[in-house]
Amino acid sequence: MSDVIRIVRRDWREWLIFIAFVGPNLLLFGIFTYYPLAQNGVLAFTDYNLITRSGRFTGLRNFETVFGSTQFSKILANTFVFTTVSVALLLGLGLMIALLLNQKLRGRNAARSILFSPTILAGAAIAIVWIYIFDPRFGFIYAILRPFGIVAPKWLTDPNWAMPAIIIVYVWKNLGYATVIFIAGLQAIPRELYEAARVDGAGAFDRFWHVTLPGLSPVMFFLVVTTILSSFQAFDIINIMTKGGPVNATNTLIFHLYELFFVQSSAGRAAVVALLLFVLMMVVTLLQVRYLERRVSYA
Amino acid sequence: MRDITLATSGDRQLAANSHAAHMTQRILGYLAMVAVVLIIGIPVAWVLSGALKTNREIFTTTPRLLPANPTLDNFGKAWRAAPFDRFYINSFITTLLGAGAEVIMALTTAYALVFVRFPKRDWVFILLLLALMVPEEVVLVPNYLTIAGWRMVNTYPGIILPGASIAFGTFLLRQYFRTIPLDLVDAAKVDGAGHVSTLLSVVLPVAAPAVATTALLSITAKWNEYLWPLLITTTEDMRTLPVGISRLLDLEGNTEWGVVMAATLFVIVPVMLVFLYAQRFVVDGIAAGAVKG
Repeated sequence: MSDVIRIVRRDWREWLIFIAFVGPNLLLFGIFTYYPLAQNGVLAFTDYNLITRSGRFTGLRNFETVFGSTQFSKILANTFVFTTVSVALLLGLGLMIALLLNQKLRGRNAARSILFSPTILAGAAIAIVWIYIFDPRFGFIYAILRPFGIVAPKWLTDPNWAMPAIIIVYVWKNLGYATVIFIAGLQAIPRELYEAARVDGAGAFDRFWHVTLPGLSPVMFFLVVTTILSSFQAFDIINIMTKGGPVNATNTLIFHLYELFFVQSSAGRAAVVALLLFVLMMVVTLLQVRYLERRVSYA
Repeated sequence: MRDITLATSGDRQLAANSHAAHMTQRILGYLAMVAVVLIIGIPVAWVLSGALKTNREIFTTTPRLLPANPTLDNFGKAWRAAPFDRFYINSFITTLLGAGAEVIMALTTAYALVFVRFPKRDWVFILLLLALMVPEEVVLVPNYLTIAGWRMVNTYPGIILPGASIAFGTFLLRQYFRTIPLDLVDAAKVDGAGHVSTLLSVVLPVAAPAVATTALLSITAKWNEYLWPLLITTTEDMRTLPVGISRLLDLEGNTEWGVVMAATLFVIVPVMLVFLYAQRFVVDGIAAGAVKG
């Protein structure tokens, strides 16, 4: 009998410890993640205004205003272009560099760390540095093109060049991340697979196609998902370099969200954009979950 | 491995080819390293050279990488151009408290999920998984309303609180804790150690590399954070460094590039120093997280 009581008391203490250890984290998530997620859903159907701090239920009007605005298709297209081009460049260049660095070379780890370093620096600082590099009168690109008689584009003020400029900076900042993860993925592929392929007479291309690529598939998928998600969140570079301009040339969903909320003070319309972002990101994340369940890797 | 004596001339040809291919690959590898160093190095060199150039040189002569008359004046000017002492203090406080809270909560949560008995422990895990899927941008609007409602605009708690909870680091540590032999933890319990002392004296030392990775990722993320501090601070004296330097550009038109480059170094250098010292933890930690999934 006393044993039972002791076990019950011990359980009780364990539970208390558990709650004390997990509680603060979950409480903060409750206040700043779960609850606001629901609140955002409600706000999307109201005309809540930041300045008057009041709002009424307005049905679907916010959705009509946001999705029906003339610039919205441009914003969606910009987001799509920014994400697909950035992700393609990050994966393509990252894989290429990783393949080249994945051999016993002197100074390889140093090169890896150098390439990785922009990833840990403030996007705000990097954006400022690149404004100076792109500067059409005093910048580095102007300086190197001038001797060849090439006139450097007015990158950030030219609607045709602003998006490429933003993508260049974004890829420059994140290339090291993709490369480091590709290198880790390459090193996780068992060497015996390559030797077996060699014995079977497979050439370099065949080995790449039938051993390397399938072996990399989990890492590749991980990178596709994480780079898509983080490209949706790229705000600092855009806000500092172009403020979404010129004439909406670099206005993406995340910038539009900021613009609606803090420039136009419309919490309701900003909530609609936030909801759309959430749905898009959820779809990408769920794809990853399904993939992890199925384990598509053939390695 | 094939026996050399059995090799036919065709095989020898193949071997020669593969040796040539091997050499080409190595050369390409070194070229890639040079390319990497240039791609990252040139913008960095451009910042340094800009910070050392006089205004006259930047605005009148053809831009060159090496400054003609290097000067340190820009650093003093940058320091006076904005309240950088405040920016530093604000960044240090929000980074230390924010990252500190994250690391402590990641440690305790991960420990509880692995070593403390509780009914429906997995539900807690799923709740955290859900939180991981909600990026801060999606809940930006309501969180701003909450913090504003608590009258915490322009305060440290206002900057820190919404980002203080941690899901990713918790998973990273949980993953690592699961590899720790249960015997180690049980032995501590037999010796009469409670959970707090087991966490501090048994689990923490064993998991030090993973904790270092988590801490470094938290610290750099907080130090570099831009969107939230931009929204939740409105007065110059509450700005953090990334938000503060971006204001130097807003002074219309003729940005003083030398001064601004010096100011960006104020932001970049502390993180660079930490990274130089601890890059192995960061780079390897991130790579390990991805491969183990």
